[in-house]
Amino acid sequence: MAHAGTVELMDAEPEDAQRLATEARDRVRFEEDALALSDQVYRVARYLASSREDADELMQETYARAFRSWRSFTPGTNMRAWLLRILTNLNIDRGRRQQRAPQMQPLEANDYYLYDKLAENGDGISDEDQVVERLSQDDIVTALSVVPHDFRDVLVLVDLGDFSYADAAQILDIPVGTVMSRLHRGRRILKRELAESALEEAT
Amino acid sequence: MTDPCAHCEEMMQPYLDHVLTDEEMTQAEAHLSECVDCRKRYKFEESLRIYVRKAVTEQMPEELRVKLSALRIPLE
Repeated sequence: MAHAGTVELMDAEPEDAQRLATEARDRVRFEEDALALSDQVYRVARYLASSREDADELMQETYARAFRSWRSFTPGTNMRAWLLRILTNLNIDRGRRQQRAPQMQPLEANDYYLYDKLAENGDGISDEDQVVERLSQDDIVTALSVVPHDFRDVLVLVDLGDFSYADAAQILDIPVGTVMSRLHRGRRILKRELAESALEEAT
Repeated sequence: MTDPCAHCEEMMQPYLDHVLTDEEMTQAEAHLSECVDCRKRYKFEESLRIYVRKAVTEQMPEELRVKLSALRIPLE
């Protein structure tokens, strides 16, 4: 519709033309800023979603929505958080998340469980870094995908996305106290899963 | 008297997240300074967090980058 746009500009009063030009410039800048953040958004999206395909779709839906509703972004605020708020809402709305019933959630062990299990099987390894290295990268990715979504959302935003508790609370629209308790439980569930896979490999 | 290691375990996550109160911080550090097991477990938790962050490094596929750019709304 290039032609119609040109006519509109020519017919407009000078201040309207000015306004349209400013708006076009702001929108282009918004789109460029949003695209520049896509690697960082993807890093979080990939692990919020259950699969690469889901992450791919979620990213496209998020950016399509962001480009349509760019006016609702307040310049100077955290755009990465704004994009992830759209993304987490879409993830929840689309019912992609197969929620487990509460009683199906894995029982978390205490916070020391994983270290104690690994150290127990480690022939007296004394260096904590060597204990960590007994876990493989695949173990971690698999364990993360097993953490139920409510816990994983917070875990991924805070521990992988480096969001503060307050940002995560705003993105997910839950109280800060809930962020903290879900984060603590999420980390424990992750460690329990890691302990299980490490023990399976050891036997 | 509660088990000091169990109490220390409860404080580990908030300790590493830097959200303990000063008083709790002092308590945790007092126990950590005398308990080598808890100290190792805290150190492990710290290493684990770094390790998890390093493990999840999947990059955005180039095709997706192109698709996202294509979603931009063209100027009229």
